Amino acid sequence: MSIFTEEQAKAILEKVVKLSKADQCTATLAGSVDGNIRFALNNVSTSGIIDNTELAVEVAFGSRVGTATINEFDDAALERVVRRAEDLARLAPENPEFMPAIPKQAYKPSPTFSPSTAAITPEFRAKVAADSIAPCKGNKLIAAGFLEDGQNFVAIANSNGNFAYQRGTAFNYTCTVRTDDGRGSGWVGRNLKDADEFKTDADVRIAMRKATESAEAKALEPGKYTVILEPHASAGLISFMMNFFDARQADEGRSFLSKKGGGNKLGEQVYDKRVNISADPWDERAAVLPWDGEGLPREKMSIIENGKVNYLQYSRYWAKKQGKRAVGEPGNLLMAGGDKTTAQLIAGTQKGILVTRTWYIRMVDPQTVLLTGLTRDGTFYIENGQIKHPVKNFRFNESPVIMLNNIEELGRPVRVAGDESSFVMMIPPMKLRDFTFTSLSDAV
Amino acid sequence: MSGIGVAGLTLPFGRSIAAEALLVPFDVDRKKALADAALAAATAAGASYCDVRIGRYLRQFVITREDRVENVVNTESTGVGVRVLVAGAWGFAATNDLGTQGVAKAAQQAVAIAKANARIQTAPVQLAKTPGVGQVSWKTPIRKNAMEVPLKDKVELLLGVNAAALKAGADYINSMLFLVNEQKYFASTDGSYIDQDVHRIWAPFTATAIDKDSGKFRTREGLSAPMGMGFEYLDGAAAGKFVSPNGVVNYGLSYDMVEDAVAAAKQARAKLSAPSVKPGKYDLVLDPSHTWLTIHESVGHPLELDRVLGYEANYAGTSFATLDKLKEKFQYGSELVNIFADKTQPGSLGAVGYDDEGVKTRRWDLIANGKLVDYQTIRDQAHILGKTASDGCCYADSWSSVQFQRMANVSLAAGKKKLGVAEMIKDVENGIYIIGDGSFSIDQQRYNAQFGGQLFYEIKNGQITRQIEDVAYQIRTPEFWNACVAICDESDYRLNGSFFDGKGQPGQVSAVSHGSSTARFNGINVISTARSLG
Repeated sequence: MSIFTEEQAKAILEKVVKLSKADQCTATLAGSVDGNIRFALNNVSTSGIIDNTELAVEVAFGSRVGTATINEFDDAALERVVRRAEDLARLAPENPEFMPAIPKQAYKPSPTFSPSTAAITPEFRAKVAADSIAPCKGNKLIAAGFLEDGQNFVAIANSNGNFAYQRGTAFNYTCTVRTDDGRGSGWVGRNLKDADEFKTDADVRIAMRKATESAEAKALEPGKYTVILEPHASAGLISFMMNFFDARQADEGRSFLSKKGGGNKLGEQVYDKRVNISADPWDERAAVLPWDGEGLPREKMSIIENGKVNYLQYSRYWAKKQGKRAVGEPGNLLMAGGDKTTAQLIAGTQKGILVTRTWYIRMVDPQTVLLTGLTRDGTFYIENGQIKHPVKNFRFNESPVIMLNNIEELGRPVRVAGDESSFVMMIPPMKLRDFTFTSLSDAV
Repeated sequence: MSGIGVAGLTLPFGRSIAAEALLVPFDVDRKKALADAALAAATAAGASYCDVRIGRYLRQFVITREDRVENVVNTESTGVGVRVLVAGAWGFAATNDLGTQGVAKAAQQAVAIAKANARIQTAPVQLAKTPGVGQVSWKTPIRKNAMEVPLKDKVELLLGVNAAALKAGADYINSMLFLVNEQKYFASTDGSYIDQDVHRIWAPFTATAIDKDSGKFRTREGLSAPMGMGFEYLDGAAAGKFVSPNGVVNYGLSYDMVEDAVAAAKQARAKLSAPSVKPGKYDLVLDPSHTWLTIHESVGHPLELDRVLGYEANYAGTSFATLDKLKEKFQYGSELVNIFADKTQPGSLGAVGYDDEGVKTRRWDLIANGKLVDYQTIRDQAHILGKTASDGCCYADSWSSVQFQRMANVSLAAGKKKLGVAEMIKDVENGIYIIGDGSFSIDQQRYNAQFGGQLFYEIKNGQITRQIEDVAYQIRTPEFWNACVAICDESDYRLNGSFFDGKGQPGQVSAVSHGSSTARFNGINVISTARSLG
């Protein structure tokens, strides 16, 4: 069993820290049991359970740092991993940007654990696959999908007496449904905290409807269009941009948040005034661990407020050098929106394009965060408040910075995570003007 | 990481180990005994076929920026994966318990999973016959084992590269060494016991130049290739250099990292003042350091049979190159275009003696004289194409991952007529010469793709005139390959590739190379990527 109790984890970590002869020692114990089932061509293809626990030990002699990990936990193994880390540290060069282990913290637990998700069985997974496939089979549709769920724990400790432990769960379902003639394709994705909220039939029918309705797509000329991006369509672009909210890169002049002449754009108006993005590890809808990868406590904070950049990520080293306070790097992004659903945004649109999902997003120019990618699995033309017909997929070349200056309306945020975003996000459907499509794709 | 604090630390590819542990081999007799225990347990439990993969995966990462080492990590991952066939269904289980009881238990678990899967399987697995080869071994033909080179030498190399780039005008530089040794043992009920020792190396860097007054910044990445070679790749031998008509040095089987870093610093600075491309149709002259990625995305992936059949529909996607196109010998490219798959190419990332289901590797044609003639298969797919043997494309990125179909090295054959790069460029009236890979994106059926690059040079009336910027070209795959009008000869042929080609759910990575000579494509749509944030 890979899920240790707090007492078991604490006992192991205390032993490790005590065994170390280095100046400082930080240890992380993390374990997970992840289950998955994959299906394609209306058949289950693979399924499995991955069970793993790992101990990582980082030690420092002065500013020489070494790291070693192990997945055995008897006394001899603990001794071995500490000595290996110490051996590596002795070989390592001095790091002029070394930062000492963090002092003792008080972390406020966040609601990352769901009993219903932790209780998922192989039978549950098989039923999700079967319930995804069955309605497709009778409708000349072909389902391919993936359910991945898991439970985990993380415990951290260091030689300054810091200790924390928390459990979590994960649930992510995606399903692509294609017409059997290959002319239509639909998709649905559902990332949930509680598995008992999951309704396979309702979700797979979204993908089925989009598959059926996206056949017979017409070609529109590439160009600038008013678009409605469903939350899964915009999450990849926005999370991509948020990865560049690094203060050091901005200060060094190699970020879209660098200022002409030097410095960064902290406090400046960069987006439309309706853009508000915050982080809050305790938010019930999108909870994440209350500490980041270095053990720094996360905080409830504003990242973009009324279009102004309110936060940049300062590493502990860069914060010290710049006289700033380092806070935990956000693990979630909560974007504010309105009350309308995607359907209500469509109803209020004269002419536009509805995008279900975006795909293969890549950086073209970091200077402007110009990204390229494609629409996929359900792209539709809207006229007079109604979906008129499916359209062929487009390639876009667009910057999320420009996109978030072209807002027409924001809808009601929904949770998006997993494949579509590197963060756990609450993100609204967005109606945007002048979104740049640069070519057509024949792909269905 | 710049400090101490490993909370949430996820080391890539396994557990960290001390440097000296990288040199200790895993005894082959012990591996055979473990494999036999698993094979016997699987057979006794009812498996009609079983294969066992005992893997020890060693990696070393040395990561630097400017004048300092950011991190040195040695990782090891060792364990056993057992795959069985019962009543026409697959089962798989893996363990890091390296005792005979542990592997036997994994074999029994795999059989239990296969039995459960067999109940819902509607199309039983048909496995192409593969002859047992007895006890054999294969090793990447390296001259210098990178794991034996002292860490101090590696650190000195990278810090020397960084110093040279900074001196030549770069404002920042990040450089790395990624070293891989996969010690893989495969055994099967077909009677094979295959011991392989696979080595790979990659030495990437990014040089950055900044103009603080304008707020502009530009990067130039290294022109090295990840290779299936030892540390000798970094010797910087003159024979490995390919100098372009405008003096840019590209590299083949040997890389001069310091020389390239100096050039990168100067070229990154030149990018700051280079004019933007005017959008329109251009004839593109593509260096092999660029073309590999276009081959990878627009030929390698669409000709993977699992994608063609629909097994990747929910993630990586399907393929436009459907089975009917094979029957009709679809005109994928111009008659000059010959594209082959090859798991034996020396220096390539995909070169092995045998794949991860014991199939001896080989070379075969995918596109001949522009026509689609074949796909890439593994043992349970061969029958779909009427083949009697697998193409040897099976790979798992870990002992704990189930093996499945991955791309072979897929390469554009050199032109048959004598032709050099300078001669090719002489005929181009309005073109762009592109060196190095950049941004890349392609749709889920591999029709519409967009590619950037590292260096772009305008060609006017047969002359390279100036460096330009903000270039990306957009293609529709068959139209692009049918626009291929010239390919340089064998003397210009080089490999490049990727360490991290992703596929599958849960995701796996594989390393793969793609070779070509410089090639010309007429009338390709080029867009300008210049934008303003106001």
